[in-house]
Formats: sequence, C-alpha cells, structure tokens
Amino acid sequence: MGMAAEDQFHVLAVDDSIIDRKLIETLLKISSYQVTAVDSGSKALEFLGLHEEDEQSDANIPSVSPSNHHQVLEVNLIITDYCMPGMTGYDLLRKIKESKSLKDIPVVIMSSENEPSRINRCLEDGAQEFFLKPVQLSDVNKLRPHLLKGSSKGNQHTINKTDEATMEQENQSTERQRNILYHDLEVVQLEFDNL
Amino acid sequence: MAYLVQLQKQFDDYRASLFNEGFLDDQFEQLQQLQDESNPDFVVEVVSLFFQDSERLLNELATSLDQQNTDYRKVDAHVHQLKGSSSSIGAQRVQRVCIAFRNFCEEQNTEGCLKCLQQVKHEYTLVKNKLETLFKVSN
Repeated sequence: MGMAAEDQFHVLAVDDSIIDRKLIETLLKISSYQVTAVDSGSKALEFLGLHEEDEQSDANIPSVSPSNHHQVLEVNLIITDYCMPGMTGYDLLRKIKESKSLKDIPVVIMSSENEPSRINRCLEDGAQEFFLKPVQLSDVNKLRPHLLKGSSKGNQHTINKTDEATMEQENQSTERQRNILYHDLEVVQLEFDNL
Repeated sequence: MAYLVQLQKQFDDYRASLFNEGFLDDQFEQLQQLQDESNPDFVVEVVSLFFQDSERLLNELATSLDQQNTDYRKVDAHVHQLKGSSSSIGAQRVQRVCIAFRNFCEEQNTEGCLKCLQQVKHEYTLVKNKLETLFKVSN
C-alpha cells in the first residue's frame, strides 16, 4: 500500500517551536514524506553534514556518530521557520545556497509575519516557496513539483513527466484506498447506530 | 438511545459555542482534519504540547516583567512565541491578546505589558478549561 522507503522523499523540517514541529511533521507524513524535524538551524546543518565553519567535515575531528549516519540519508527538501533564535531561517537558506554540496536542495521558508520585503528577500535569495503560518495541507501539496524537479537526471522533461504521472497514480490509488476505508468505517458506524 | 443522542447534541452545541465565542478559530478545525486512523490522538497531543509550552512562556513572562530593568526584547520574543503557538492550534483569543501585548513591548510600556500579561493568562486559562472539557466529553 505505501511507498518503499527509498521511493519516499525525505524532508528536513526546522522550527524552534515544538508545536509547529509537530504540526509540520504531521502535515508532511500525511503527504507521504519521510520527515526529520530539528529545532535549530545549526542542528539542521549538522544533520546535513555541514559544519558551520567549513564546507566538509574534518576527518581528524572525532565526529558525532548521528552526523555520520545522517550523511547517508539524502535530504530532498528543507522547510524552515524564519524567526528562530540564533540562526534565522534566512541565515540557514544562505548557508545552504552557499554550500557546494547542498545548494541544489530546494528550501522553503515558513513565517507567521506577512512582510513583503521579507518574502521577496527569501525568494530572491533562492527559496522556492514562502508559506504563511499556520501552514496548511494545501501549502504542503505545493511542495511536490519542487521535489520532482530535482529527482531525475538526464532528460529532465520526459522523465519528470513519467515521475509526475506515477506520483499522480499513486496519490489517486492511496486516496481511493482511503475513501474505501472511510466508507467501510461509515458502514460500521451505521451498524452501531442501529443497535 | 435517546440519551446518547442528547449527549451528542450537547457536545456538538458546546463545541460550536467555542467557535462562536471566538475561543477557537478555523485552525482548530484544520487540526481535527489531520487526525485519522494512523494518527488518532493528534489533536490531544498538539494541544497538550501547547499547554506545556504556554505555561513555560507565561512563567518566563512573569519573571521578565518583574525585573528592575525589563528586557523588552526578551519579553517580546516570548510573546511572539506564544502568539505563534496559539495561532497554530487556533486559540484565537489568546493570539489576539498577544498582538496587543507585542505593541506594548514595542512601546516599552510596562503598565500595558502587565495588563496584557493578566489578560493573556486569563484567556489561556479559559481556553484550556474549555479544551479539557471538550476532550473529556468526546472520550
């Protein structure tokens, strides 16, 4: 029924608010993404295998094992809150775009403030989308094209179309399964009501 | 059977009143829509996190405003967090007080801030009680 782990896209979510982390994690999981949620920009960079000062991790420094492990796990998209203590979402965006190894990962910014200058600055500096909080499922649905764009090499056009078609089919089939399940539950509910 | 129907109606009316009276807004509905068989306790979990986090923030606010030289940036940062989390769960009245609270922070208006702190504590307590009732009844 579900997609195999390696077929799922992996999203890294960054937010200092525990409530918002729970929310974005759920929204992403419902949309069939694999999620890792961290509470700061520096933890995000650590997860991505990037230390703040240098481009590559120094082999001489004894690394924390989670960081090594996570370097194997590919991140397909980063979604980050803007207002965070220490490193802001904008700072994180800049660091990612300035990194040779990470610059092609799509980055999405979330913010509770509807400030046009802030939004424009983020988009101009490489963010793919800017979501106003509280983030909705309809926002998360906008992520898929950005993920599909980066998912294939070689002939971008045809391969992407195939990917999109497959995704659409899988989405439809999942939705159909869900609808069937809901319908079955409704039938059970009616049985109980009639008791 | 009729008794159950009556209870259901009471629950529905109670729930509706929370929206009508502005305690909850559409965002709370969004949360309920995210709850399903694979995530059956989602709303209770998020709201519990909100309770824990808010209590922490309210304590921090009381402490910060009690200082000789109030650090308004710190106060504003806490209110910003509370505004964000209340917005994320749909606690509309709490969120509204936070907006006014931030304005007083910007003005460095101690009296205004203290009044808002009282108000936000009050609104928080109200919505907490109402949500706890809602969860108790829905179980």
